[in-house]
Amino acid sequence: MSNQVALTGNEVMAQAMRQINPDVVAAYPITPQTAMVQLFSQFVADGKVDTEYVTVESEHSAMSATVGASAAGSRAMTATAANGLALMWEVLYIASGTRLPIVMPVVNRALSGPINIHCDHSDAMGARDSGWIQFFAENGQEAYDNAIQAVRISEHEDVRLPSIVNLDGFIISHAVENLEILADEDVEEFVGDYQADNYLLNSEDPIAVGPLDLQDFYFEHKMQQAVAASNVKDVVLEVAKEYEEISGREYGLFEEYKLDDAEVAVVALGSTTGTAKAAVDNLREQGVKAGLLKIRLYRPFPAEEIANALKDLDAVAILDRADTFSTTGGPVYIDTRAALYDSDADLEVVNYVYGLGGRDIKVEEIESVFEDLQQIAETGNVEQKINYLGVRE
Amino acid sequence: MASLTEIRWHGRGGQGGKTASILLGKVAAKTGRNIQAFPEYGPERMGAPVLAYNRISEDKITVHCQVTEPGTVAVLDPTLLDVVDVTQGVPAEGKIIVNTTEDPTALKEKLGFDGEVWTVDAYGISTEEIGAPFPNTPMLGALVKATGIVPYEGFLEQVKKEFEKKFAHKPEVIEGNLASIERAYQEVKK
Repeated sequence: MSNQVALTGNEVMAQAMRQINPDVVAAYPITPQTAMVQLFSQFVADGKVDTEYVTVESEHSAMSATVGASAAGSRAMTATAANGLALMWEVLYIASGTRLPIVMPVVNRALSGPINIHCDHSDAMGARDSGWIQFFAENGQEAYDNAIQAVRISEHEDVRLPSIVNLDGFIISHAVENLEILADEDVEEFVGDYQADNYLLNSEDPIAVGPLDLQDFYFEHKMQQAVAASNVKDVVLEVAKEYEEISGREYGLFEEYKLDDAEVAVVALGSTTGTAKAAVDNLREQGVKAGLLKIRLYRPFPAEEIANALKDLDAVAILDRADTFSTTGGPVYIDTRAALYDSDADLEVVNYVYGLGGRDIKVEEIESVFEDLQQIAETGNVEQKINYLGVRE
Repeated sequence: MASLTEIRWHGRGGQGGKTASILLGKVAAKTGRNIQAFPEYGPERMGAPVLAYNRISEDKITVHCQVTEPGTVAVLDPTLLDVVDVTQGVPAEGKIIVNTTEDPTALKEKLGFDGEVWTVDAYGISTEEIGAPFPNTPMLGALVKATGIVPYEGFLEQVKKEFEKKFAHKPEVIEGNLASIERAYQEVKK
């Protein structure tokens, strides 16, 4: 049984956390994540969850306390955004390297400076090599669904890696949209009880967590982490199938929107993919074979599958809501180009960095990208590989 | 998306424009429609001009860009008319509903707007019914009358349910807000 509601992204993520009912949450408020942890702390105060809520004085402490709680054997969560995630940086690696299945919503916001509170993906992209699994969502519904599935994926015995569940700041976190939330008992049953194999508070079998690990074993442990990351894709698909049974909603590694017979397409992640769908629909009405590939699982990157989905296109544009300042394009562009290098695809790949600091991206702007792609497909001529969309010169 | 209605709310920080947009969105959602309600966050502070939006549609809404061509505009404070172009992007067949004691015909001329202009004294109504000038709930009533975006039948009951959740800790304000909506619905004119 599910429930039709109209909630903001932050509200529905607080509901997901309530339904997951973690043993421990340690969180520090930061715009635009604040409402999520504020609502959740109200659930704690009202006795709606069994969670031990740890108030901390910074995000570094939030992640440290979450790592401690998870290492102790509990199901632990936190949530953050932007500079909060940046402040967690060193502890992120400890969480993934210690193989702790923490789940953390991140409400995407531009990193300072200049100081800005609005949406882009510079925060999440800063953590892209931290060993965390990362999911992106088009809307609040997907963020909610990803959060619940992430618990199972992170805790899976073949994975045991932490997950970041991204949702776009303000655009999703503060917008009310129609949603369907699952019944509490369905989520309870789906996530199940968490039983860690090896944990600090097991007096029967005492272990040390996080000891010095030098030349003799560090590398082997990192190798195990790499193997775990390579297992993620299969587990994501397996959990998605089970989730579909209780929710009726289908998930994969990415969504292909009118991509089957497409000649030109964009690749994107986050809330912009919804706007891109409207652009694709408009172009289809004009007879343009346009499509969209919406990435759901960004880390680990499903390179082979994405290359395979794109290979028959004439031209593709990768939309990045973050820059790398490497002069070689945005992060999703770099990943996608690398993926295509090993495939037998013969297509032009161009990059559009857009929406930094919350700059609005309109349907017409995405349509203009498709116009560029048609031009490229026709002439085989790429004037500029890396473009900045919607910026004043 | 022929059924799509887009609304822009102009208010001043603290007047409840965002709350009005969320309330309308939630009530419209209960009628089975797809909705979005979202504020535009800037460096807002008490009294500064602020914006909030709605999209309401029979079809699924996927776009996540700002509303630039709203068919309906609600203005919560008459002094905004001097500092913000409330007609911006509004098509000629659009509607603008303003909290003012001015006559709609005179205001229409002043705005140089070809569409419908509706006016209601939301400050007067809320001062009498709630005891202070809270223009957001009467403007919601006025907007429902001017647009018919949700059927008035059942609308008040649904708003009451939302109020009971929102004002669980101060139920004494519910009655005055409901009365404000009802009066504005009756009194708004074009």
